[in-house]
Amino acid sequence: MVKHSYSFFLGCVIPNRLPQIEAATRLIAPKLDIELVEMKGASCCPAPGVIKSFDKATWLSITARNLALAEENGLDILVLCNGCYGTLIAGVDDLKDEETRKRVNKILKGTGHQFKGTITAKHLVEVLYNDIGKDAIEETVENPIDARFAIHIGCHLLKPSDIRPWGVVEDFTLVDELVETVGGTVVDYKLKDMCCGAGGGLRSAELEVSLDMVREKLEAMKEAKIDAMVNVCNFCHLQFDLGQMQVNKHFGTDYQIPVLYYTQLLGLAQGFTPKQMGLDKHFISVAPFLEKIGMSV
Amino acid sequence: MTIVIDRRVINGSKIDSELAEDMTKAGLDRIRSCIQCGTCTGSCPAGRRTAYRTRQLIRKALLGLREEVLSDPNLWLCSTCGTCTERCPRKIDVTEAILYLRNLSCEAGYMRPEHQGVSHKLIETGHAVPIDDEKWSKLREELGLDPLPPTVHSYPKAVKEIQHIIKKTGFDKLVNYKESKKDGET
Ligand code: SF4
Ligand code: SF4
Repeated sequence: MVKHSYSFFLGCVIPNRLPQIEAATRLIAPKLDIELVEMKGASCCPAPGVIKSFDKATWLSITARNLALAEENGLDILVLCNGCYGTLIAGVDDLKDEETRKRVNKILKGTGHQFKGTITAKHLVEVLYNDIGKDAIEETVENPIDARFAIHIGCHLLKPSDIRPWGVVEDFTLVDELVETVGGTVVDYKLKDMCCGAGGGLRSAELEVSLDMVREKLEAMKEAKIDAMVNVCNFCHLQFDLGQMQVNKHFGTDYQIPVLYYTQLLGLAQGFTPKQMGLDKHFISVAPFLEKIGMSV
Repeated sequence: MTIVIDRRVINGSKIDSELAEDMTKAGLDRIRSCIQCGTCTGSCPAGRRTAYRTRQLIRKALLGLREEVLSDPNLWLCSTCGTCTERCPRKIDVTEAILYLRNLSCEAGYMRPEHQGVSHKLIETGHAVPIDDEKWSKLREELGLDPLPPTVHSYPKAVKEIQHIIKKTGFDKLVNYKESKKDGET
């Protein structure tokens, strides 16, 4: 079988706040013949909603350094976060322009890195769906997960669509299909395409507005009577898990919707234990979902 | 019955026509074709629960109400979801326009303390969200991972590279970063 090798970009939130997603991804990868090559010394992507909001030149220069690290590996990037994906892919696009690249490489002079523009960044969904394929994923499933799921796709996976590989911006079904591949039933809910409210610097400086957005989505998910929600972005994940706890405190609600990053769900299906997938480290208990599928933490 | 139309008079001295010019130069030239249809506002998840109005922001920017636009706290309610950009019938990159105005707002000194805090973390560690408490390393180890990820956290030289970039772009000054609170050099 061919080996699929990628430069593995971690970002900030995954390694430093939600390492369960990192652990789960590192475990599921070899089963799919994915090799994750470290990007030694990678930094914040930097975050598109905050750092790009403050100073585009700094944002693009630090992005270019991260891209250069992957280029030194000679491998495209595999990225797990929609925000990092948004930054890296916008960086690749901006740096296609020779003048811009020259200007940015001048700033990078002295760091020992230069970006030539020979690699790109792929989101986990793109790697799983296009490079690996549903059939190969299905072959690794030992334990189909028969439960009802709400999918949250997240904004920056799809938008801006002109620099994304999907060809659609609404009715995006790839994540749904990946969840169905491991045996899940995908349930439609109101506001499926809506933003989680974490981005744009809202979580850091406008928490109440940010939480009110995710509250609206949680309510819609609750109405849809699901067993868990599945996401493909750690920042959305943080907003649904930690944010759900904050919503309950702030608005006096009692949402108890288990939150899973896709690689955690895939890992369960591949026969890893809930503990290996870090499901005991969540803010909102995953136990009711595990019970439903005959497992426990 | 007489209908009284309340008109808002904009004082000429407040108008800075260069704002639209600056946006055009920054690659946001389509902004001038805005027809004020309100599709952006109608698509906006932030505007649905706050007083933030995307269409109004674009109008004010085009009119050249620089000070009013840059000092408006509502400018910071956009979650950068990109829906307005996808739906704008004039193909204006509304989200990029907002980011551009935010850059100007920071330059004009309206940056939020929380956002300065995030930026300071980036300058000090290379991560906007760093491991700043032992509990995060412990959590990593419980999951069978190294206590520090193979990022800037494991490579002090990489942090220096980030700081080199930040000095060159002047980001430290922009976010009002005072050097060496930690190692007490200055
Ligand atoms: S959707 Fe586009 S054309 Fe319509 S008001 Fe907004 S920016 Fe203007
Ligand atoms: S990108 Fe910002 S302004 Fe546009 S719809 Fe989303 S939140 Fe509203």
